[in-house]
Amino acid sequence: MATDKQIFEYAPAPESRAVVDIAPSYGLFIDGEFAEAADGKVFKTVSPANEEVLSEVAQAGAADVERAVKAARKAFEKWSALPGAERAKYLFRIARIIQERSRELAVLESLDNGKPIKESRDADLPLVAAHFFYYAGWADKLGHAGLGPDPRPLGVAGQVIPWNFPLLMLAWKIAPALACGNTVVLKPAETTPLSALFFADICRQAGLPKGVVNILTGDGSTGAELVAHPDVNKVAFTGSTEVGKAIARTVAGTDKKLTLELGGKAANIVFDDAPIDQAVEGIVNGIFFNQGHVCCAGSRLLVQESVQDEVLDALKRRMATLRVGDPLDKNTDIGAINSAEQLARIKELAAAGEAEGAERWAPACELPGEGYWFAPTLFTGVTQAHRIAREEIFGPVLSVLTFRTPEEAVAKANNTPYGLSAGIWTEKGSRSLWMAGKLRAGVVWSNTFNKFDPASPFGGYKESGFGREGGRHGLEAYLNV
Amino acid sequence: MSDRLRVFKTYKLYVGGKFPRSESGRVYEVTDAKGKWLANAPLSSRKDARDAVVAARKAFGGWSGATAYNRGQILYRIAEMLEGRREQFVSEVADAEGLSKSKAAAQVDAAIDRWVWYAGWSDKIAQVAGGANPVAGPYFNLSTPEPTGVVAVLAPQESSFLGLVSVIAPAIVTGNTVVVVASERAPLPALSLGEVLATSDLPGGVVNVLSGRTAEIAGPLAAHQDVNAIDLAGVSGDAEEATALETAAADNLKRTLRPQAVDWSADPGTGRMLAFLETKTVWHPMGV
Repeated sequence: MATDKQIFEYAPAPESRAVVDIAPSYGLFIDGEFAEAADGKVFKTVSPANEEVLSEVAQAGAADVERAVKAARKAFEKWSALPGAERAKYLFRIARIIQERSRELAVLESLDNGKPIKESRDADLPLVAAHFFYYAGWADKLGHAGLGPDPRPLGVAGQVIPWNFPLLMLAWKIAPALACGNTVVLKPAETTPLSALFFADICRQAGLPKGVVNILTGDGSTGAELVAHPDVNKVAFTGSTEVGKAIARTVAGTDKKLTLELGGKAANIVFDDAPIDQAVEGIVNGIFFNQGHVCCAGSRLLVQESVQDEVLDALKRRMATLRVGDPLDKNTDIGAINSAEQLARIKELAAAGEAEGAERWAPACELPGEGYWFAPTLFTGVTQAHRIAREEIFGPVLSVLTFRTPEEAVAKANNTPYGLSAGIWTEKGSRSLWMAGKLRAGVVWSNTFNKFDPASPFGGYKESGFGREGGRHGLEAYLNV
Repeated sequence: MSDRLRVFKTYKLYVGGKFPRSESGRVYEVTDAKGKWLANAPLSSRKDARDAVVAARKAFGGWSGATAYNRGQILYRIAEMLEGRREQFVSEVADAEGLSKSKAAAQVDAAIDRWVWYAGWSDKIAQVAGGANPVAGPYFNLSTPEPTGVVAVLAPQESSFLGLVSVIAPAIVTGNTVVVVASERAPLPALSLGEVLATSDLPGGVVNVLSGRTAEIAGPLAAHQDVNAIDLAGVSGDAEEATALETAAADNLKRTLRPQAVDWSADPGTGRMLAFLETKTVWHPMGV
């Protein structure tokens, strides 16, 4: 096709790795000091783009959780008693240091996670700094938040975060917790521990009192120990719905306050009057941003029947221009799948899509020989009964369904146990707002998708979890009101 | 002690991001609390006041259109820059207000922290002062606060720096631009603040600092048709003077903040921000 010839070839444009200095091994960050795990266990973290071992980190066990919670409890007394304005100043310092070190952290994040440097540099890191900046400002204004006259911190927060946005999820957890006067023990994901360990160094630079932030690396067993610890007052988890339910069972019958940000199967709904080019950009951004490793990804495209062909033609043309490859290359659109385990899950669900009768399509796309990769893929002819329409794939795989009327779109969009986000593409404002009112989802994007801001609350309905992160609403998760 | 002869600073106005002398060519003598000469400060004219309003109006579009996050970072930057010049301001405030070094330092520290407090408000005031309205019909209805425009501010006469910061910051954090008349007897901290603002990423014209006779400049500002609001915190003279200014301000219905007894070291609350905000409510139908 003539259009193919207009696609420019790009020379490699790798971001320099020299800006980040990764140590061969890291301990646990407890009470302001790095220390080995009590039982000396370690595990390796690799770059998913080439399976290179980046570093060796400690595997925290029950004794380490005990020590970290104890340190956080001890620090809580003074930290919670500090005037809000002083806590604010610590958080402002952290925000500024993150801004200063953002290139280093972006490269680190792309190495450990596999996401394109374009995204870690232009999306993750600016949002991380902004999140600390935003919650810094709340620390001395809690009485103005409309949550009652005397909001009080909860105590020690046990926080477990996923691997898709390691540092951003850390910011979403730690910034509001600290602003509200809590202390934290945070466990980063097993496959992406490094940026949290670098954050420990930022706490040191900011002069943050010891024990206010503790970082425990480890696998799911570490997280389970942490959320079950009797001296933890608050549990915050972002991750899979399955683990979220297990955590909800663990904290049942305790006084622990719980917020969960879990999976999603968001509908991205395109009406026939939508601006098609913009909608296609939104669809691509919705499902291929961050390799589709996004809980609010627009993984179900609901397109009005009358424009189905037009939208799919444009979408396929656009998908053919996506560049898959080296996460550190500044022109890369889609990086590496975060782990072998995740890649296997994506492959399994894609195979199920074919087996159940949906039609699979992917652009011609050369994938690197080592590392974990999956080409951007779409399925047409998907029905609501198909696994690829029901289950969260958490990868660059789009399921396309159709509808005829707005009512049908709402029914299909809501036909899922999840309820995290949704997208609506129409030029008609009243319809967009009507749809937004009917959708059972915590975030609804209209003529845009995957927009995040620290001032804006985020979180799900139904089995996508409960509680909100971000904005004024995000304070409530960390306060006794 | 060194024998070296000190270099004096020429104190100038801060208008439109530049440092002009008064167009009138006039100055007046500023002394410390004991009457010792400190500097000759510009004695601003009505024309200087009008020029400052023009500069403030010109800056309003860009400043009010900047994101709240951006404005917050700039206010925080002002705090960072002030921290670096803390000693200078401690000395100026001590001279201006006849305070011991430690008491002056407390004033300056509180002023720096006040910038930080207001920096944090930039992206929160709309969440506290605005919100969705549950109207009885199929309408999306949302109220958001917006800055009123150009605010003339008569800075407190006694608290030459903490008071000054406490009236400027709440006006500009929400997107207003300001023409501020410094404390008449103690204008030097205000004129030096202009030098800090000029190096804090604050766009020129967002804050314009005038020194001189408050009574001489306040009248033209209160009557100016392109000023949207006036803060009479530092009105010179008696209640009658304040009433006269408020009466003049009524001519174009300026939002007027009357002078009141304020403890500048206390928690400032949200009053001074809300005084210079408009509420905009948007209706939009909901329906297929």
